[in-house]
Amino acid sequence: MRVAVLTDIHANREAFEAVLADVAGHGVDRIALLGDIVGYGADPEWCCDRAAALMAEGAICVRGNHDNAASGAPEAMSQLAKRALDWTSARLNAAQKAFLGGLPYTVEAEGALYVHASANRPEEWSYVTSDTRAAPSFRATTARLILCGHVHVPMLASRDIGGVVREQAFKPGLAIPLLPSRRWLAVVGSVGQPRDGVAQAAWALVDTARQELTFRRTPYDAAGAARKVRAAGLPEELAVRLLVGR
Amino acid sequence: MMQVRPKEGLQIDGFTLGEKLHTGGFATIWAVTHPDHDLPMVMKVPTILDGYDGPTIVGFEVEQMIMPRLSGPHVPKVIATGGFDVMPYIVTECIDGGSFLPVFQKAPLPLSDVIEIAARMVAAVADLHRQHVIHLDLKPENFLQRKTGEMVMVDFGLSRHDQLPDLLAEEFTIPMGTYPYIAPEQYLRCRDDPRSDLFALGAMLYALATGRNPWGTPETLRGVRKRLWRDPVPPRALRPEIPEWLQEIILRALTVDPMRRYQTAAQMAFDLSHPQQVTLTPRALKLKRDSWLTVFDRWRVMRKIRRFTAPASVAAQVASVPIIVVAVDLSPQGERLAEVLLRAVKRMLILEPDARIACVNVIKTARIGIDQGTDDQGNNLHVLRLVQLKTWAEGIELPDHRLTYTVLEGPDPGQAIIDYATSNQVDHIMMGARGHSTTRRYLGSVSAQVVAEAHCSVTVIRLREGGAEETRPALSEVETAPA
Repeated sequence: MRVAVLTDIHANREAFEAVLADVAGHGVDRIALLGDIVGYGADPEWCCDRAAALMAEGAICVRGNHDNAASGAPEAMSQLAKRALDWTSARLNAAQKAFLGGLPYTVEAEGALYVHASANRPEEWSYVTSDTRAAPSFRATTARLILCGHVHVPMLASRDIGGVVREQAFKPGLAIPLLPSRRWLAVVGSVGQPRDGVAQAAWALVDTARQELTFRRTPYDAAGAARKVRAAGLPEELAVRLLVGR
Repeated sequence: MMQVRPKEGLQIDGFTLGEKLHTGGFATIWAVTHPDHDLPMVMKVPTILDGYDGPTIVGFEVEQMIMPRLSGPHVPKVIATGGFDVMPYIVTECIDGGSFLPVFQKAPLPLSDVIEIAARMVAAVADLHRQHVIHLDLKPENFLQRKTGEMVMVDFGLSRHDQLPDLLAEEFTIPMGTYPYIAPEQYLRCRDDPRSDLFALGAMLYALATGRNPWGTPETLRGVRKRLWRDPVPPRALRPEIPEWLQEIILRALTVDPMRRYQTAAQMAFDLSHPQQVTLTPRALKLKRDSWLTVFDRWRVMRKIRRFTAPASVAAQVASVPIIVVAVDLSPQGERLAEVLLRAVKRMLILEPDARIACVNVIKTARIGIDQGTDDQGNNLHVLRLVQLKTWAEGIELPDHRLTYTVLEGPDPGQAIIDYATSNQVDHIMMGARGHSTTRRYLGSVSAQVVAEAHCSVTVIRLREGGAEETRPALSEVETAPA
């Protein structure tokens, strides 16, 4: 089975559409959305409805901290995120909020665990930014592969037979063999707000038959998305970071 | 963790273990059979010590990751792999010709054998580098040979696949490799440089030619480190009949700074197959090691060195010094085309300033019967063509060692060019195409044949129709076929 893993769409319709079009050309059997469908971007309604439609067609979808906050739950957030969230909440209708608030924290399917942030206590939204921070996720599950987001910077870690967790360097666009002798954790970069200096939508392709994972990038109309952020009166920083990918 | 130990008669995943063929430091090799696979096969099983044996496990994971991604005659074909949950293993085809260790034990070998074996080893390494893999543990016992003659490399436990995560990157605290053959940058813990394999080839070539290793058989890292400043005894001092060109090749491969070594295996292979055209430097003539003063000066610099600059990627390094074959038509009808081709070559050198240009011309011979090596006036055709080829190339400004001339002979000129390009690991062929005559359309042209059948990129230069005034080919006239 080939699974396209998308995360941190953050109401960026241009990026979301571009990735879905790219995914369609890759012969994918299933789509997984790892949360933060809304927040920051100018198209929360569209992104929310699209995610709900994908889920109705069989996509995996888990809850992110922005989804949780947009549905009305209290979440500690930065000043910037809070401003964007207040704007977002006002745009969403009750059904959209109910959809976001009803998403599960984790989904396990075909030996893989899908979660927004660290897999141990997913509701606490811990960032997985290093091998040390990846270790608790491996302890929290027996899944062969953990897929998460939240960080907006792609990362790969493995846990070997001896229990040692190490970050693994990788090159985007090239299939990485997920050796069966290890367990793996991939932080998939963000579709709608990449922060690794590349202003292209990030996602990942998992091939369960070949046991391979590929970190992919899709170019999209970042200028158009930034223009909409400005037109919506959202903070200028949110427009600029789409253009530079930081 | 490993539940089962290998033994004769053991059955696993349909494989039945036969005789134990080899016991190495980190693994055992067994003959195996399988009802679905009708070929001689061997199974490699790592010897994992009780408890956690990190380096052996990671080395085996690296092999399981890299080997199934390799193809071609210079690597063993992988049949199956087994996980660590029951018993880790890799089953490959059995390479019938056995290891090269006994051959090395007979060194020094006759020089013709040294050159022939070296050429086959270098070709194997070039093939590996093209597949983005650096072996990093080349030594005689890791070369096997097929009955058909191709060298096969085994034991990829220390290898680096440039496009995959490097599981070994943080696993070891000391340099990894085999001390007599390990490159200086590898001693400095670099795992990203394909030129490290060329150093190991140089050390093996030295051993084949002289019967001893360039730096003996060091047993400590201190002993390995010496090669950063101490030059080996020149091969010709040990065996005077070694030709100067061969010493040049060996010592160039053994240069400490990877930037001053051969840059690609293909370059080294090219020199081995064109000995008359190897440019000799003072090291070709050396009969003594450097003076203590020189060595002392080098020591002062090298003892502080922490790393040499590694290339951006294996692919970038392999492509950095392309070998470009220029097939020139020297007939009077081809004269205009040859001029245009020369200009195209000069422009190519602006794009590829480090390229090596191999000029070739083909003498077409009859398919049946004996050909005359001389023309009607009794001139030696081969020599004549060589002189013409050199005259044609006079406008190409390149140092001698990067410009070579070869006259090929054969009944099928296109095939002769293709064969030359294949055997010399050529990256690019440039040639002219003569007009659009009807005959050519139906009988096929040499350039069309080369474009269709060559394994590398081909650029075809064409004169504009009635293009007497043509000065430079427009972009549309240059057809480039992707490799």
